[in-house]
Amino acid sequence: MDLSLSTRTVGDRTIVEVGGEIDVYTAPKLREQLVELVNDGSYHLVVDMEGVDFLDSTGLGVLVGGLKRVRAHEGSLRLVCNQERILKIFRITGLTKVFPIHSSVDDAVSATD
Amino acid sequence: MATVELRFSALPEHVRTARLVAAAVARRAGVDESVLDEVRLAVGEACTRAVGLHISNGVGSPVRVALIEDEKVFSIEVGDEAPGANGALVPGARDELPEPAAEDDEAEGEMGLAVISGLVDDVEITADGQGGIIRMSWPATPTPSVP
Repeated sequence: MDLSLSTRTVGDRTIVEVGGEIDVYTAPKLREQLVELVNDGSYHLVVDMEGVDFLDSTGLGVLVGGLKRVRAHEGSLRLVCNQERILKIFRITGLTKVFPIHSSVDDAVSATD
Repeated sequence: MATVELRFSALPEHVRTARLVAAAVARRAGVDESVLDEVRLAVGEACTRAVGLHISNGVGSPVRVALIEDEKVFSIEVGDEAPGANGALVPGARDELPEPAAEDDEAEGEMGLAVISGLVDDVEITADGQGGIIRMSWPATPTPSVP
């Protein structure tokens, strides 16, 4: 199982749909994608994790790095996730306090701070 | 002796293999299905950390994973050969979660330990001059094997 990435825009938001496994081997691809988006001027990101089968701390590090980059441009990074096993990882690392986590892409797209 | 032993070159692409093998052996050992996701994640974190330590210390030897099936316990030992790298982290490493992770890519190593500590109740981290070992255990109820 590899990592799949696709992006689309809805209004001023860029949706990054992630599928497969995010670990120490595949996380650099996600990092590249996020860096590229920010470099291209997309500062409001929604990372859709509904297709993610596995996430580890390397993946968390990349998401935190992405958040840091968009915030440098007054941007936002929202997550879409309903999977308990993935949400658990955010909880035990305290990152539920750092990321806005939504139950659907629509919800994340319409959310404002 | 370990039920299954795995030695792999310290490269990121092999961590997934270690996860898959560990989960398969854990299932066979009678670890509850609901816990297998945790086993998979914890062994992946431990291996990721070991791979990182080998790479950053220029250690050419493989990472060792021992999967040990005892009567009512299934244990995993992940050993690295990074000299003394674990030492500073041992005191309190198992009970203290760091502050909500620093907003930095470099926080990954510490986050790995935080994930292990948060997931696994029975975890022991030791290190000496020759390297470190993360030992994790889960309860297991073996069922008679059917050929």
